[in-house]
Amino acid sequence: MSSAGQVATKSGKGKYWHQLGSDIRKHLWLYILMIPGIVYFLVFKYLPMFGIVIAFENYVPFSGILGSKWVGLYWFQFFFKSNWSLYLVNTLILSFMSIVLTFPAPIILALMLNEIRSLHYKKLTQTLLYVPHFISIVIVVSITYVIFGASGLIGRFAAQITGTKVDFLGDPKLFRWMIVGQNIWKETGWGTIIFLAALTNVDTQLYEAAMIDGANRAQRLWHITLPAIRSTIVLMLVLRMGSVLDTGYEQLILMANAKNRSVSQTLDVFVYQSGIQNSQYSYAAAVGLLKSIVSVIMVVGTNKIAHMLGEEGLY
Amino acid sequence: MAEDKKKRHETATVNGKKIAVHEGAVGVYNSRGSIMFDVINYLIVGLASITTVLPLIYVIGASFATEFELQTRPMFIIPHDVTLDAYKFIFASNKLIRSFGNSVFITVCGTLINLFFTVTMAYPISKKYLRFRNPILTMVIISMFFSGGMIPGYILVASILKLRGTYWAIILPGAISAYNMMIVKNFFQGIPQELEESAYLDGCNDLTTLVRIVLPLSLPVLATFGLFYAVGHWNSYFSAMIYLTDSKMYPLQLLLRSIIVQAEASAGDMSLMDPNFVEPPAQSVKMAVIVVATVPIMCVYPFLQKYFVKGVMVGALKG
Repeated sequence: MSSAGQVATKSGKGKYWHQLGSDIRKHLWLYILMIPGIVYFLVFKYLPMFGIVIAFENYVPFSGILGSKWVGLYWFQFFFKSNWSLYLVNTLILSFMSIVLTFPAPIILALMLNEIRSLHYKKLTQTLLYVPHFISIVIVVSITYVIFGASGLIGRFAAQITGTKVDFLGDPKLFRWMIVGQNIWKETGWGTIIFLAALTNVDTQLYEAAMIDGANRAQRLWHITLPAIRSTIVLMLVLRMGSVLDTGYEQLILMANAKNRSVSQTLDVFVYQSGIQNSQYSYAAAVGLLKSIVSVIMVVGTNKIAHMLGEEGLY
Repeated sequence: MAEDKKKRHETATVNGKKIAVHEGAVGVYNSRGSIMFDVINYLIVGLASITTVLPLIYVIGASFATEFELQTRPMFIIPHDVTLDAYKFIFASNKLIRSFGNSVFITVCGTLINLFFTVTMAYPISKKYLRFRNPILTMVIISMFFSGGMIPGYILVASILKLRGTYWAIILPGAISAYNMMIVKNFFQGIPQELEESAYLDGCNDLTTLVRIVLPLSLPVLATFGLFYAVGHWNSYFSAMIYLTDSKMYPLQLLLRSIIVQAEASAGDMSLMDPNFVEPPAQSVKMAVIVVATVPIMCVYPFLQKYFVKGVMVGALKG
């Protein structure tokens, strides 16, 4: 395409347009077919990107994006005058808890699945382990409510043991554990797939050679299997670190209530509440923008560290 | 020493008993430590898988139980007195049936729109000779890494396009998944060019080639991505929650939220004095609603497992 274009431009602009016109006429339908998709990307992906300017405005829907007053960094200053550290601390604690607890879980499970030699048993367990991934977060939270609620199975059981009512759904101390627990239940099985895929690429000759050298199973696991998926682990960790400020909001909105407000308010929940519930569009957009900037810095930073450790990383 | 091991290795293979071959490792697995390792490993993995499905099985069993049994018996899978009371109750009002219908409507229409947009865009950009192909590809790829975020997207849909209160607000913003579209594009690129050329010779244009030659060849791919999109629509609640204004239009996930999550949350904290406070429904009724919302997913689960695992694998190997 480019070479044809260059030749055409060399011999004059008119010829280029002529060539372009005949190319388009030749495959007119292809160009027509593309229109809905291109319009979609421009409207629903690119317009919102430019819509970020409202973070620097006092956006009022009536005046529109172009007509609203420019306020510069006002909303950013406003945010740092509020009790922003509460949101940041809640976000970071929840994020690090989930990195420490949910990140290694699929790796360990994948290594264990990889050691299972009965294909039937492996297939059966995988079929069971993947189920929760397809269940919506509303159902996951609903199941949590009916099992951990005061009249639920575990709710009643805990009350019998401790003698007092254990408020699994309201107690701020238990909130993060419930969130992390839900995520482990929902995604650990599914998370194994990517590591199992990496494990199928391990050269079997390595295992044979190790056995001839007298390595036992634990040694083979440690010296062959684990190094084989090292780069996948690093890649996933880089990606995870990039989203350290993303706690997600769909799950937290469902699990949040008046009693656990002190811990359930993360940056994502804050953006949702101030922006969509309270219509403070510019303020919420500013906080969202701040979050994205930190995320980019985190990806670049962790990727650098990955390079220093001799890994390929993300790019 | 090494020689010795190698010999044992070979004889074991001949016997066919002491050597086990599985994907990834060939080895002697009959030592005491190895057997212990296996036993513990099988147990833990088995336990993990049972724990994973246990809550679901419990909910199914409990939905058929009487309220009395739920409050008195500890853990059980099969209730003593099997009753359909909970299901009779939820199907007595048309609320659940209507929500179910709404969810089906959103899922079917949404998926058809997804497939239409995905195919019409993927097919042209699968053609290398297409003018402006590279800028368009760049545009798609950039959108995979950067987004305007929640608020600008909300303003676009609610204030600029004024789609609040319609199903368009739920369906249109996610009409194309760039990631899925790229995979479909790669599939189209893999279709032999000769097939399309012979279609041109037979007098087909690009559109008729797509409809008569390419799409019939891509039915498995379209089914896979249709399933991807459909599960997403069925499971989503957030955009319905922020864009829909009339509770009669609510999809099932949102109804579930209001009768289980909101009821419980407000029951636990009466200080909210929610004017819409509803008495939380009995346990078995909640269980039954959860079951109804999960059944469609479980019906397609065998296909989901098959195709989704493949999808992740493709992504993993490419990335």
